[in-house]
Amino acid sequence: MVESLLEILRNNAKESPETMAKMLGVAPEAVSAEIARLEREGVIRGWQAIVNDDLLPKGHVTAVIEVRVTPEREGGFDRIAEQVSRFEEVDAAYLMSGGYDLLLFVGGESLLSVARFVSEKLATIHGVLSTATHFKLKTYKQSGVLMAKPGDDGRLAVTP
Amino acid sequence: MSLGPERLARHIVGLPKSGIREFFDIVSTRRGVISLAIGEPDFDTPWHIREAAIASLEQGKSHYTGNAGLPELRRAIADYVRDRFGGDYDPAHEVLVTVGASEGLDLALRALLNPGDEVLFHEPCFVSYGPEIAMAHGVPVPVETRVEDNFRLSIAALEAKVTPRTRALLVNFPNNPTGAILGPEDVRAIADFAVRHDLILISDEIYAELTWGGKRHTSFAAVPGLKERLVLLNGYSKAWAMTGFRMAWVCAPAWMMDTILKIHQYQIMCAPTPSQYAALEAMRQPAEDMAPMLRAYEMRRNYLSAAFAEAGIPMHTPAGAFYAFPQVAKFGLSSRDFAVRLLDAENVAVVPGSAFGACGEGFVRCSYATGIDQLKEAAARIARFVKTL
Repeated sequence: MVESLLEILRNNAKESPETMAKMLGVAPEAVSAEIARLEREGVIRGWQAIVNDDLLPKGHVTAVIEVRVTPEREGGFDRIAEQVSRFEEVDAAYLMSGGYDLLLFVGGESLLSVARFVSEKLATIHGVLSTATHFKLKTYKQSGVLMAKPGDDGRLAVTP
Repeated sequence: MSLGPERLARHIVGLPKSGIREFFDIVSTRRGVISLAIGEPDFDTPWHIREAAIASLEQGKSHYTGNAGLPELRRAIADYVRDRFGGDYDPAHEVLVTVGASEGLDLALRALLNPGDEVLFHEPCFVSYGPEIAMAHGVPVPVETRVEDNFRLSIAALEAKVTPRTRALLVNFPNNPTGAILGPEDVRAIADFAVRHDLILISDEIYAELTWGGKRHTSFAAVPGLKERLVLLNGYSKAWAMTGFRMAWVCAPAWMMDTILKIHQYQIMCAPTPSQYAALEAMRQPAEDMAPMLRAYEMRRNYLSAAFAEAGIPMHTPAGAFYAFPQVAKFGLSSRDFAVRLLDAENVAVVPGSAFGACGEGFVRCSYATGIDQLKEAAARIARFVKTL
């Protein structure tokens, strides 16, 4: 049931336990219990809206930052990655294979605020060797959702 | 002779108009309808398949292919039919790429029937079977399937309708509109019936990949010794959500295929080339492409079954395809009146069961090839509607 349940929730986190119970062929209480377990065990880490920032009146800037760091003798990249992750500007942080080590998704109110974060906070951390900052221009798809308005579904209303 | 209906082909003029068509005309006068009346997937074709069609056009693949279809596509079809359903077909002589399974059915009937030959087919069924048989100068002989049997085809019902003029039996499981499937023992019994009466068996298995509750489709192609009298129809429309590509195939023994191919060659030349390249791409990872769609259909089917049960609408549990076939007779309306009044009162479209044969009366077809949000709303409105009856 876990995989089907998570599939439903990934599509629509607001789906009611009653509906999910019908979809999965179980009791609503079983669905609620399963969700509570997944939250307790940290599999479900939170519940968020998928927001298209491009449509908000107030400007919002998103940047992707590639960071090269020096791994430490004890713990490799973990300590520095966790230190970077604690900044509230950082929305996501990943350790990557390839030409750089950490990939950060950083949000801010303006180019200037993101630039300031990079130059004053990120680049000054001991162990950070270099950063490369790329600014997002437009969002086409986010969290699996296409940002373009859906058209009608293109089918005839009645077919055999 | 004046110009008018008497100048038209009598066996065509005499065909009834499709009940679906009539209902379409009613529904299309309204706005904002939630439609559970659509017999095709709501999913768009997986992108890599659409992209392959685009790439084929960019590469100038805009010419005819061989009559039977691209050799590599026929090979891929033969491999898929063998691996998935256990049929053994020679791609060079026993596989034909067609424009929809409907073309395949038409080809098979025209290749096999002489005027007056009878063809058994079961109702409720896809709307075109009876007319297709008649257009091939055959005599359609409907056999009822009943809700008491979960709409499986019973041998007793077949035996009651078979005559010395019967030449073929046309079956469709998983079934549109009932959602019924056959178990291995049903398939064996029907195959035995076909052999016993020396009939050709035409099996439309277009919904073969869509079975629920852990049940797997049993193909007639897997029945030992049946191949020489079997026409197997399948295609890409439902399982790969490729209805608009019009891509399907016929598998038939070589003795039949020569004649089937002759008709296709004079009539169609070849299936559209970009669609064939799309189909070839579709054969690369069928299981991966289908999995998310199949999971969604099954959850919707569970939802609809539970919602109808809650609303007190009796229904056999559909085990295949993407149709629920609830029984509405107890509400005291004909299935057509039920559908029209539901549309009127709640703006939800379902198809009257009578559109799929006389024995479909008392039922309506609800397609769950519709997003879960729409399905929830439709189920709630149907529940509200039946309370008023």
